[in-house]
Amino acid sequence: MEISSIIFIILLIVAGGLFAKNLNTIIRNIKLGKDLDRNDRKKERFSLMARVALGQSKMVVRPFAGFLHIIVYVGFIIINIEVLEIVLDGMLGTHRLFAFMGSFYHFLIAAFEGLALLVLVACVIFLVRRNVLRIKRFFGKEMTTWPKTDANLILITEILLMSAFLIMNAVDAQLQVLGSEHYTNVGSFPISRQLMGAFAGMSESSLIMLERGTWWFHIIGIFAFLNYLPYSKHFHILLAFPNVFYAKLTPKGQLDNLASVKKEVEMMFDPSADPYAAPAEPEGEPQRFGAKDVTDLTWKQLMDAYTCTECGRCTDVCPANITGKVLSPRKIMMDTRDRLEEVGKGIDKNGKDFNDNKSLLRDYISEEELLACTSCNACVQACPVNIDQLSIIVDLRRFLIMEESKAPAEWTGIFTNIENNGAPWQFAQADRLNWKNEN
Amino acid sequence: MAEMMAFGQQPDVLFWVGCAGSFDDRAKKITRAFVKILNNVGVNFAVLGTEESCTGDPAKRAGNEFLFQMQAMGNIQVLNAYEVKSIVTTCPHCFNTLKNEYPELGGNYEVKHHSQFLQELINQGKLTVEGGVFKGKKITFHDPCYLGRANDVYEAPRNLIEKLDAELVEMKRCKSNGLCCGAGGAQMFKEAEKGNKEVNIERTEEALEIQPNIIATGCPFCMTMMTDGVKLKEKSSEVQVFDLAELIAQAKDL
Repeated sequence: MEISSIIFIILLIVAGGLFAKNLNTIIRNIKLGKDLDRNDRKKERFSLMARVALGQSKMVVRPFAGFLHIIVYVGFIIINIEVLEIVLDGMLGTHRLFAFMGSFYHFLIAAFEGLALLVLVACVIFLVRRNVLRIKRFFGKEMTTWPKTDANLILITEILLMSAFLIMNAVDAQLQVLGSEHYTNVGSFPISRQLMGAFAGMSESSLIMLERGTWWFHIIGIFAFLNYLPYSKHFHILLAFPNVFYAKLTPKGQLDNLASVKKEVEMMFDPSADPYAAPAEPEGEPQRFGAKDVTDLTWKQLMDAYTCTECGRCTDVCPANITGKVLSPRKIMMDTRDRLEEVGKGIDKNGKDFNDNKSLLRDYISEEELLACTSCNACVQACPVNIDQLSIIVDLRRFLIMEESKAPAEWTGIFTNIENNGAPWQFAQADRLNWKNEN
Repeated sequence: MAEMMAFGQQPDVLFWVGCAGSFDDRAKKITRAFVKILNNVGVNFAVLGTEESCTGDPAKRAGNEFLFQMQAMGNIQVLNAYEVKSIVTTCPHCFNTLKNEYPELGGNYEVKHHSQFLQELINQGKLTVEGGVFKGKKITFHDPCYLGRANDVYEAPRNLIEKLDAELVEMKRCKSNGLCCGAGGAQMFKEAEKGNKEVNIERTEEALEIQPNIIATGCPFCMTMMTDGVKLKEKSSEVQVFDLAELIAQAKDL
């Protein structure tokens, strides 16, 4: 076996192993969430995933960005076939292993090159949108240095990878023209052929060096990018699929009825309940009403946080945000992920029961943000990967109201009114039919 | 409802009036308009009257799940005692809560928003509407969040407007992309958080941009917000805000 093959295999194992480890940490973190059964209605779930994740149906609601995103997405998936060849070549020490396919190989390479160019152009446009046109939804107070850098790093990496791929092909084509050994005549290289002129004056040995150089740069770049994913918003390329699959299927307006509350309310309505009876053996830990920290949320809400790619479509349509309030649904998701990562690291360091006296509520998300929500579901509707931002807001509100009794005075008033006279206003229930005799 | 029960009668449908429809002066007009239509068509309906109580929607959205479930269980006991099968309501918040959140607590009813109910009456040929006063008027429909996005009802209200021979004009943000009026999530009952604008002003400005004669809606809270918005923009003399039931009742001169 050649030394380069051995180096390649070691790199592959290290990159794969590291990624598996990081993936495991994320899965562990998501599982810190509470149970929730989302295994019903499988057929509907598959068709939703096919439409929304695979088919990108919600992306194209904004046609320009949606179209460019589809290019990058399709490019990514199809160019992966090329990556498979590169990985096999690397392990076996072969060159262009799939070339035996003949004219189909020519077609494949042509398709990869076309897509690579389109991806490159799309990524340049995305960079311009973020940094030159400065489109509003890519800014906002939660878009601090890291999220902005993250977005730019992803785009620049993709541009570099695609450039390396095209240069590699161009040099290969030039070597084929020179009749260099190993570089048999394969591939039509319709795009990279245009670049050949730039390498025409180079000697065979430096051409080979450049070809090998871009080959290694490309594949090492991919390995590095793979291991960047778990730290980046770009992780959505993997989680978008399960996240849409496990999305809420009931009407958007339907909020869950808290089971812990239901038990207590049922007891109040049960005439045979004995108020002096000794409490039944508590089943497990007493549950909090609502959510104070990420571990009070469900695993799906935590998966939502890891799936968010910070596109800002939710915040862009949020009536509270539009009118200058501090609430930003995107920030809710980013805060949830940041806090979850912090909790995860704490567990890694100090064991399962670690406590840093911090929580999602207040240390990350303020009361003011929560109270500004109109529960209009515009954010949920806008999310291209079916994240449910509203459910986190409501769960945090529940904790605020039920555990801390921290309602604004007006809300305390409506609670009292509803309790006493069955309406949020101070009108007597006996007057409910008065409209009948008025004009 | 109690009277009907006493006479051994069962209504075909229960009209859930809601708190706004019972107590808010503007919303009471919607209630009366809808009842006029029901009576005109001869629908066999009942109301709970003094036995009705808040569905618990604002409490739930504010985060007070306890109060919501207390209200829900109480209402379900009353509704089940009267063996109610079918409910119609003029409030999308009551509609959403009764339809989606009551079943799990033991309240299973067929629940319709009045726009769907009126549409059915028209489809069955029981209700006929001719444009009359609205012929050629420009009407835009403000989608209530709890009817539209929350429950995917977009067409019934628009079909009703088209029955009026009116010109239906859409705002830039409409249907699933519609902008909230600012009242949902119990915002109706408190001052908004600090910002640079009220949500209802943002929405009213958007509606006024397309210069409608009438802003139509199907929610008593949207009604309050949009009416206030139009007033603040000093356009009350040019643009009126009406509920769908009021439009139909006026077209039929009821």
